[in-house]
Amino acid sequence: MARKADEPLVLGIETSCDETGVGIVRGHTLLADAVASSVDEHARFGGVVPEVASRAHLEAMVPTIQRALKEAGVSAKDLDGIAVTAGPGLAGALLVGVSAAKAYAYALGKPLYGVNHLASHICVDQLEHGALPEPTMALLVSGGHSSLLLAPDITSDVRPLGSTIDDAAGEAFDKIARVLHLGFPGGPVIDRYAREGDPAAIRFPRGLTGPRDPLYDFSFSGLKTAVARWIEAKRAAGEEVPVADVAASFQEAVVDVLTRKAVRACKDEGVDHLMIGGGVAANTRLRAMAERRCEDAGITLRVPRPKLCTDNGAMVAALGAEMVARGRAASSWDLSADSSLPVTETHVPGHEHGHGHDHDHDHFHELSKDNLYS
Amino acid sequence: MLLLALDTATPAVTVALHDGESVIARSDQVDARRHGELLLPAVDRVLAEAGRTLDAVTGIVVGVGPGPYTGLRVGIVTAATFGAALSVPVHGLCTLDGIAYAAGQAGLTGEFVVATDARRKEVYWARYADARTRLTEPAVDRPAELPEQIASMPSVGAGAALYSGVFTDVREELPQHQSAAALAELAAEKLRTGGEFLPDQPLYLRRPDAQVPANYKVVTPK
Ligand SMILES: [Zn+2]
Repeated sequence: MARKADEPLVLGIETSCDETGVGIVRGHTLLADAVASSVDEHARFGGVVPEVASRAHLEAMVPTIQRALKEAGVSAKDLDGIAVTAGPGLAGALLVGVSAAKAYAYALGKPLYGVNHLASHICVDQLEHGALPEPTMALLVSGGHSSLLLAPDITSDVRPLGSTIDDAAGEAFDKIARVLHLGFPGGPVIDRYAREGDPAAIRFPRGLTGPRDPLYDFSFSGLKTAVARWIEAKRAAGEEVPVADVAASFQEAVVDVLTRKAVRACKDEGVDHLMIGGGVAANTRLRAMAERRCEDAGITLRVPRPKLCTDNGAMVAALGAEMVARGRAASSWDLSADSSLPVTETHVPGHEHGHGHDHDHDHFHELSKDNLYS
Repeated sequence: MLLLALDTATPAVTVALHDGESVIARSDQVDARRHGELLLPAVDRVLAEAGRTLDAVTGIVVGVGPGPYTGLRVGIVTAATFGAALSVPVHGLCTLDGIAYAAGQAGLTGEFVVATDARRKEVYWARYADARTRLTEPAVDRPAELPEQIASMPSVGAGAALYSGVFTDVREELPQHQSAAALAELAAEKLRTGGEFLPDQPLYLRRPDAQVPANYKVVTPK
């Protein structure tokens, strides 16, 4: 059946952080994108609380699967495969999705594909702009990641060029929003204030942009400290903090470094396409500056709509569909969640194809480093 | 009737298949760190051993804890997803009730207490009049803070064995962890007699650990 080979019908499950996502795609076509978020439950803590997220995933799991099937108007028995985020992410949260995906695939008699969360963030753009060029350069920015990745084949070959050496870009937004008393999450609210402010009002430092600094790595910790220090100095002097100018100038520093390094990587690697994904890709200033700089450099920019940039199940389904289309090996029933799955492992194939996870690995709590099972 | 029973609320990853008459296949592995990896292969093995397939199952039985959360959720989400995919009911049972039932099968009579390891120096526990009759709601406490009357009762489970300085009548020869076979037999009995089940939701008993971050760190040197 030609259709099946080209356009597999795949359901994808995502539970790596605080969104319970279930998406359904047919090849490059998005059929459903059901998301249940626990973000409101985390807001008062100023960050994602792993146990709160895990509890919410369990509650939302089955209803979200059913909502996605209804939205897509397809029957579960017609699915060609089930894909799930195997990592990286919060260990306990991942485990809820992986367990559900395994049970669902087993009950339906469908192949299971444990896939990489970061590769999924890139692959989701196939639902928006069609087949990914090979190779694709990708800039992934969110509360959990800031990475520059080169992807010659999204199902088997993703190479990390650089990443943050301290905070993720989204984390920096959250922290500055907290210093400015703007609440959580910080990304959207900083973006909103920044539109009223002057991005050149304050010259905040651009991390790792010196001549001897690593070309593609990021650092936002120094910037965060500089912004906090600037605000405290104002407060100490009894002056009013110009929130809009601070937001705009801080955002400008982040976005400047991100886009400068991404364009540089494209030029160095001879890649004429850049995709930007992750929650911070919804930032309007990032989109605008990336557009201008890519145009100047003759690079085609691909940014999916905001709902596909944040964590969702459709991105997992998109990568799963590509795995099916390219005949990649399915995962085994003992697939485990791997909170630190390297980006180079685009998926977790089963043992009969070698490459199994037979090492004894534990699941550590991200914050306390306590073993979740001990 | 064909019941698939599973429980991941104790260090055991335990699965059993019950045909309404008796347990026809079972798998019991003790590995407190690998519930997620071991459960599905165990289900597959139990079905294969019985020569059945999952779509022949008429109901899922699941231990809903109390138990350490990460492992507990593996069993519950697996049971709930099976139930949804197969359109069969999911019957929840208190994990401690399964251990009490197994203790009864092993010959324990009279009042006793079941205690499992809740980590953080606490136990999950409940008091029983007999193998089928729980007298208290499941609770989580430090063993030393339990009433003398509870601590001196015959006690069953790894939680009691772990704090044998507090529990003075530990029955070490009785089951330490959950057995899905006992859970399945208890469920089959309840289905025959019209007994009640719990929803397929975890008995957490504790609020989630969630630290409200202190106000941001002041970074200006004093
Ligand atoms: Zn993400």
